[in-house]
Amino acid sequence: MIVLEKRPQPSRFWVVGAPVLAVVLTMIAGGIMFAALGKNPVEAIRIIFWDPLFSERFAGFSRPQLLVKAGPLILIAIGLSLGFRAGIWNIGAEGQYIVGALFGAAFGLAFWPSEHPLIFPGMIAAGLLGGFLWAMIPALLRVYARTNEILVSLLLVYVAEAMLASAATGWLRNPEGSGFPGSRNLARNPGTDNPELIAGTGMHWGVLAAFIAVIGAYVIFSRHILGYQIRLAGEAPRAARFAGVNAGRLVILCLGVSGALAGAAGLFEVAGPAARISIDFNVGYGFTAIIVAFLGRLNPIGILLAGLLMALTFIGGELAQLMLGIPAAAIQAFQGMLLFFLLALDVLANYRFRWKREVSA
Amino acid sequence: MIIDPVTLIVALITVATPVLLAAIGELVVEKSGVLNLGVEGMMIMGAVCGFITAHQTGSVALAFAAGMAGAMALSLVFAVLTQVLMANQVASGLALTLFGLGLAALLGEGYSGLPVPAVTRPFPEAMQAIPVLGPILFSHSVLVYVAIALVGAVWFVLARTRTGLVIRAVGENHDAAHALGYKVVRIRFATILFGGACAGLGGAFLSVVRVQNWFDGMTAGAGWIALALVVFASWKAGRVLLGAWLFGGIAALQLRLQAAEVGVPVALLDASPYLVTIIVLVIISSDRRRAALNAPAALGRAFHAAS
Repeated sequence: MIVLEKRPQPSRFWVVGAPVLAVVLTMIAGGIMFAALGKNPVEAIRIIFWDPLFSERFAGFSRPQLLVKAGPLILIAIGLSLGFRAGIWNIGAEGQYIVGALFGAAFGLAFWPSEHPLIFPGMIAAGLLGGFLWAMIPALLRVYARTNEILVSLLLVYVAEAMLASAATGWLRNPEGSGFPGSRNLARNPGTDNPELIAGTGMHWGVLAAFIAVIGAYVIFSRHILGYQIRLAGEAPRAARFAGVNAGRLVILCLGVSGALAGAAGLFEVAGPAARISIDFNVGYGFTAIIVAFLGRLNPIGILLAGLLMALTFIGGELAQLMLGIPAAAIQAFQGMLLFFLLALDVLANYRFRWKREVSA
Repeated sequence: MIIDPVTLIVALITVATPVLLAAIGELVVEKSGVLNLGVEGMMIMGAVCGFITAHQTGSVALAFAAGMAGAMALSLVFAVLTQVLMANQVASGLALTLFGLGLAALLGEGYSGLPVPAVTRPFPEAMQAIPVLGPILFSHSVLVYVAIALVGAVWFVLARTRTGLVIRAVGENHDAAHALGYKVVRIRFATILFGGACAGLGGAFLSVVRVQNWFDGMTAGAGWIALALVVFASWKAGRVLLGAWLFGGIAALQLRLQAAEVGVPVALLDASPYLVTIIVLVIISSDRRRAALNAPAALGRAFHAAS
């Protein structure tokens, strides 16, 4: 029978190879799913992965969208990866994203219709603060009450969604919106707008922030004592304690940073691509970012690539919806499949398959 | 009086049942040392499979079976990932939830608002007409009584039988259990599938009996609350029932307060079941001795037989 044998060191080949193989297998399994839906699988895969980048008809519109969609995913996933490496599971980035957007938008709207140049920086600060404070709830509860941060951060997503609904229909509603839910359009005012920085690229302040976060995380992991402490806490918690790593401080730090980054992502989204607070303003970036973090192997460069890939599935998915009538939910299932395959293939990196004859005891 | 206590208690029991079913299944899973965070995904799969079957066949019993089967299929994926391929349990559970939410939305497209067969009540009208006790004790769907009986059965099996002892041994120390000759992986497969069946049944109850409709994301965090209930219950079956009724009470009460238009903000009422769950978690977890004593020692750890 086939037995698994633990490798002394994770295989370098498979650490890089597993995500690539996972993408290929997801395409095959996704193709089968599309075929089951009665669509041409080859065409569906081509529309999702090829046309947004290279077709003459769509690339002009969809290429800039790549950075627009990847920006928040990368920004949030970078933050999550800090905690995931240390065994601190912030699953509530979606909630921190919403609260960051609410704080930022509320700050900007408080000064409406002023166009003062300090308003946008103030909104960014408010977004960071909102996400940070929301993440502090599970962080402080874990440190001081030993509450499971997975459950608390997740339950807070539903609380944040209730806050979003009340903001959109109540305290942030556009007073000139004749009673319709939703806030003023933040993109209409130069003071609160998060504009495209280079025309035709989709690059806005949030994308720039995502790139900065990638570089920052890279430096922390490769050069800074904090990166070492995070790795140690994740791989050998007892050793970390003896090495003088303060576990509580690490929890607060990791959750705080990931919350702040998710909050910033929410603010950049609400001031730019989304333009306003509305009931369904959140589109699941906080949850998809979890897949991005794992697909990128919790590595900053990996997350950058994974974020772009996942953004491609979003854009390609919309295109497939338009062209083939493939339901939007199919893309979400497709992304979930990707995570399954990735987790399954991890076994190749850590274990070796060996044929072994059954030994009678 | 705006809120009638008898109808509130009846509603509380109905609201609590899906969470109760999912939580009692997850309790068994965690007792065997596996943390499956995919409850939300399994529940919604149960909800959509149950609803579609109820609509297509007109049979409530078949709907429950389909709900269980759908969620079990999903839990089988989790079992293979975590037990055979030794994937991280936290990540695999999350993947299960993300995938389940997507797949359920895909399967359920076009099913919103379609009719489902009426649910029969096992007790005769005359018994339901008894004042106060009648509605509270005799007015429910069969599954409500099944769920409560299941809590009793799980308690009995875990605390009083050899099977329960083996499950607990595997959850406390898988290496020792393996050395004694117990098939750790096989036992965990069984508990994971049982947990899937329970979550699927809970989901099917939600869509077919309680809401009698299907819409995207209809579980709305019920699976996560079920996970929290297991912690709340300190891994004890009886307390799961207590916790589910507490949660059901809050959820039913806030709906009635919203209908009565009392002066509390709607957002706060909407969020109250989640907030109360967090507060209860905090109170339970801060009791240092209890939290440390009751969690299965091998919870969340991957098992790989060295020999």
